[in-house]
Amino acid sequence: MNISNQEYGELAKKLSPPSAMYKTIPLAFVIGGGICTLGELLLNVYQMLGLDMEKSGMLTSMTLIFLSALFTGLKLYDRIAQHAGAGTLVPITGFANSVVSPALDFKSEGFVLGLGAKMFVIAGPVIVYGISASIIYGVIYYCMTTFGG
Amino acid sequence: MQDMILEYVWAFLVGGALCAVGQVLIDLTKLTPARILTSYVVAGVILGAVGLYEPLVNFAGGGATVPLTGFGYLLSKGVREAVDQNGLIGAFMGGFTNAAVGISAAIFFGLIAALIFKSGSKINET
Amino acid sequence: MGMCEGKTFKFSNATITSFAAVVGKVEGEGPYGSEFDEVIEDNKGGTDTWEQAEAGLQKKSLQYAMDKAELNPEKMDLVFAGDLLNQCTGSSYGLKDYYIPFLGLYGACSTFAESLLMAASMVNAGYVENCAAVTSSHFSSAERQFRFPLNYGGVRTPTAQWTATASGAAIVDASQKAPFIRAATVGKIQDMGITDLNNMGAAMAGAAYDTITRHMKHMGTHPENYDLIITGDLGQVGSDMMYELFKRDGVSVEGKHKDCGLMIYDRDRQDVHAGGSGCGCSASMMCGYFLKKVRRGELKRILYTATGALMSPTMVQQGGSIPGIAHAVEITSE
Repeated sequence: MNISNQEYGELAKKLSPPSAMYKTIPLAFVIGGGICTLGELLLNVYQMLGLDMEKSGMLTSMTLIFLSALFTGLKLYDRIAQHAGAGTLVPITGFANSVVSPALDFKSEGFVLGLGAKMFVIAGPVIVYGISASIIYGVIYYCMTTFGG
Repeated sequence: MQDMILEYVWAFLVGGALCAVGQVLIDLTKLTPARILTSYVVAGVILGAVGLYEPLVNFAGGGATVPLTGFGYLLSKGVREAVDQNGLIGAFMGGFTNAAVGISAAIFFGLIAALIFKSGSKINET
Repeated sequence: MGMCEGKTFKFSNATITSFAAVVGKVEGEGPYGSEFDEVIEDNKGGTDTWEQAEAGLQKKSLQYAMDKAELNPEKMDLVFAGDLLNQCTGSSYGLKDYYIPFLGLYGACSTFAESLLMAASMVNAGYVENCAAVTSSHFSSAERQFRFPLNYGGVRTPTAQWTATASGAAIVDASQKAPFIRAATVGKIQDMGITDLNNMGAAMAGAAYDTITRHMKHMGTHPENYDLIITGDLGQVGSDMMYELFKRDGVSVEGKHKDCGLMIYDRDRQDVHAGGSGCGCSASMMCGYFLKKVRRGELKRILYTATGALMSPTMVQQGGSIPGIAHAVEITSE
């Protein structure tokens, strides 16, 4: 070879097109913002129907997750995501998509070892680190309230 | 009425901004989607713990609760309430208590969707 | 890098007697859609799973090739086949019903050149009278194995390539009719230190440069001696990288170069980012398009260099890099 790996890596970086951030960021903003606005709308509707704040919040999450599952099943979620990028990744609908899509995909390997076992292949880490972080916080909070003052 | 509209505007702007930050991370750092989801939830737990996320939720509503940072905030809130009620053991209760609806819904609707639909990307069928 | 120059095999008795290509719907809608023997309208090919569909592609393309040569499985002496899936699933399940002596190969996207040069070697040496080379790839089965579930909304970066749903089959014998396989150079594994899973073109460009350079040196040729230098699936980024490497030697290949990955789709109309990839990509372009042109004498001498990224998802997760490889096969019309 007539080039060192370091030089080659720099060349690869130079010749690789960057993401079109002037397009990706506004799209993520608008579509992500839109999903959140829908969440706000649902929250208000449920509250108007007489549910308390907490239950409305839960029902809003459930509705968004249901819609995400539906759109994933209809093969529309990944299509929107190609344009929305983080706009469909960061909202709770993105979490739902990451649970539903492997379930659909691995059904062909059976209901137990396929669908059941692979369901959290992407979302697993979210729960592992989210719950662990919350436990650490709980322990610290307990120590602070008990011994701190 | 104006308040109502403003509420939606803030939900849109704050939610959109949280997503835009995720997009910047994807474009600049090549972080994989799974890493972004994970860091958002953990960031939500931390921001909730230090008390920064609660004001954002009061201010932007769905704009703060719908992104995954809101899920993290919910975990931290659940843990705090559980510790207040049950002491140290609460640290192991509150997270799942508050995450229960989201996770259960994702599991159940995921199962139903998988039973009804077949996998396959529309992109592959342009 | 190493001092090993390798060898270029020269063949006097290896011709491609028949060839055929079967592709998926998106490829069928590409610029060369009408050149292929069959376009599968349903990407599952009437089967239940993507893996079965890929196996079906190989079965079909070899059937077409055998029909054209008026051969049947009992008259076939040997088949070299490969694909991208673990355990060469597409090949072993696709060809099992033929009961042809079978050797499975893995060279990632370089597999078609690899199987073609193996077939030429066996025929030229006189061990067999005929030998088939078959490869395939399928967008959906590859996504499932290497990336994410199909309906997952993960974002594709601009350098990411699109695995072609396609299969190509060629039957080599000593019938002395064009196209002739004249020479072949086996590639060396070139690890250029690229770690980005979404930039396979860059991982392979070094290997393409190395193999083509060695081949031309051994043959005493220059890019001008060829009608075309065809690479497998370098894509835009990989092609640009390869030009840059040749430029350092004062060699210009741009004018002679075609990349199957850049040809199989219409990149302006079809959202495929850096172009096509997969071992069905160059196999179908060769068997659907280029070999026809050689047979008709429209192309007199081509250098087909299929490139492969020998990527292991496990090694990449462990922080390892992606080695590349490229095999060159020289094909002439007389």
